[in-house]
Amino acid sequence: MNEWLSLGLIGVPLLGAGLAGVWPDHRTRPWLLPAVGVVHLALVLARAGQAPVVAPGAWLGFDPLARAVLPAVSLLFLGCAAYAVPYLRLRSERPNRVFVALLLTVLGLVSAGHQARHLGLLWITTEAVTLACVPLLHFNGTPRAFEATWKYLVVGGTGMALSLLGSFCLGYASLHGGGQGDLTFAALAVQGPELSRPWVLAAWVLVLAGYGTKMGLAPMHTWKPDAYGEAPGIVGALLAGGVTTVAFTAILRVRAVVGAAGAGAVADRTLLALGLFSLVMAALFLLGTRDFKRMLAYSSVEHMGLLSLGAALGGAGLAAALFHVWSNGLTKGALFLSAGNVRRAAGSASMDTARGMARLTPGSAGLMVAGMFAVTALPPFAPFFSELRIVRAGLTEGRGWAVGVMLLGLLLAFLGMTRVVFGVVEGRPAPAVRRSAARFAETAGVLVPPLALLAASLALGLFRPTGLEAAWQAAVAQIRQP
Amino acid sequence: MTGLLNVLVGVVMGLNLVALAGGRLPLLIRTVAVQGVLLGLMPLILEHESPDWKLAAVAVATVAGKGLLIPSLLLRALRVARIDREVEPLLGFVPSLLLGALGTLAAVVLTEFLPLRAEHAATLLVPGALASVLTGFILLAGRVKALSQVCGYLVLENGIYLFGLLLLGSTPLLVESGILLDVTVGVFVIGIIVDRIQRTFDSLDTRRLTVLRE
Repeated sequence: MNEWLSLGLIGVPLLGAGLAGVWPDHRTRPWLLPAVGVVHLALVLARAGQAPVVAPGAWLGFDPLARAVLPAVSLLFLGCAAYAVPYLRLRSERPNRVFVALLLTVLGLVSAGHQARHLGLLWITTEAVTLACVPLLHFNGTPRAFEATWKYLVVGGTGMALSLLGSFCLGYASLHGGGQGDLTFAALAVQGPELSRPWVLAAWVLVLAGYGTKMGLAPMHTWKPDAYGEAPGIVGALLAGGVTTVAFTAILRVRAVVGAAGAGAVADRTLLALGLFSLVMAALFLLGTRDFKRMLAYSSVEHMGLLSLGAALGGAGLAAALFHVWSNGLTKGALFLSAGNVRRAAGSASMDTARGMARLTPGSAGLMVAGMFAVTALPPFAPFFSELRIVRAGLTEGRGWAVGVMLLGLLLAFLGMTRVVFGVVEGRPAPAVRRSAARFAETAGVLVPPLALLAASLALGLFRPTGLEAAWQAAVAQIRQP
Repeated sequence: MTGLLNVLVGVVMGLNLVALAGGRLPLLIRTVAVQGVLLGLMPLILEHESPDWKLAAVAVATVAGKGLLIPSLLLRALRVARIDREVEPLLGFVPSLLLGALGTLAAVVLTEFLPLRAEHAATLLVPGALASVLTGFILLAGRVKALSQVCGYLVLENGIYLFGLLLLGSTPLLVESGILLDVTVGVFVIGIIVDRIQRTFDSLDTRRLTVLRE
């Protein structure tokens, strides 16, 4: 029964994708997205309600780590799917067959990636997600979109190549230590100290560089601003809150093996350094950018840095990072979708052109401001609490200086983001922007999904069900075995 | 058989340098194609107890993919997109070559410090892999044109494949997954072709529009 639910999480979206591929009608096809989203969320909740027991040798399973993260992705997808229906109606000039089919494929592959318990299978799913996102990024079909897609493919493809090389190194570490070729993470962790240490370290460096590129940690983040700047808001939201989380859990799964091999301290130090570097770089870029979609990309780099930092700060820090996966995904989703509305209305994502949007699109502008405050850790939204936990974990671990750097980064990011968002929202709109906005109707369809995601972020800040806390703790126990 | 394998890996390492020095795109593409064919032959001469259908399948797939399919796609893209045949280096040919040669040397030295299983200690697979990965990076970062970047990516991928040969046969579903990297390359090339065709249509359409207006 449990296995069937796990497979259903992958199979249902993929079936939906196949259905979207043959669905004849252009106008009704997008409804497949929320339909599959609802089924997926129901399956995730049904599976998460049961104990996360997985056979140790299984290649695929809804283990504690998947249980701690996948429901957040499912929620985010449902929000984006609901938004996609009115969005694709607005964009009826573009064919949507490939777009809908690939969005569903991405959901299925992300579900597989979070459940992958085998080194090779994990890489295959992550690589497949990378490729499936390519046409999504190119949806607008403009030369700028092509350039962004190209960069994404070159940088992301190189990252995936490096992570494959890293996986090979880990495989060789196992073989050299007398392994029999069983590359499930459970078997690798059991082999632990017998793994050849130089190869484990080489594997860690390559995996961190490779999957770190997919996450968008600095300095491997260069694809992000272009990709998020040119892709539709839904795609940005799913990349920032869904696809990047697969890379994060991939790093965590390898981290568990590295820890078992006795190199956990080295792994934590590198995660800490990369996390802080990403935070600082993102903050500096946020102070300079004048484009609010690129701003979201840098903000995503910042939050990926926070995840990496949290994962480096002991068990409490890792639990906080898992919490932050939820709070970042939901809040960022609201921000991407509302910013998408503003972008569509204004006809530009630059704060030099788009001004006074509070008068033209009051709902979306309001949501964008609220989302911006939420993501920059205004209580009582969820990011405040998850970041507070990272701070606390840092102080208990005796990494006060790291916490200091982190808080400085957050402050600079806050200044940078308020500058851009208020620049867009306030002021008097230019006549060209007025004309452009007159063609955009702020219907309930494009406002309710971001509002719901923001409400979810608020709810997660105010009350966290004990089941959720327990799920995060169980995942921590899986990754950081004593 | 290790002797023969080492000769092939040595040739691949030499081809890396040819790729770094080559100034014309068709030459670069053909160099990478020859590398692909050599890589495809390697599984057949690896020392194994019995001839294995899996090894044969990897060999056939590699020769077909890396040696024939991808190079012909690349050459086709060169024609269809009417790309100028000069490579246009960002990093000059001589510095690239020097860097590549130094990298190859460093790869050989570095391998001395890595613990290898007895049956792999005498092969050049690890230094060959490291040198190719490095060459791939130099081409990726040091060339302007999209197609030469794709060639760089292919060389990088060939390096990873060489490393994968160490694991071939002993670990299920890890080495084989490398085939997806070839798919990535396919997406690259198709992307170039599709983009170029779309743009041609776009410009045709606008021209037609002005014609109608007049």
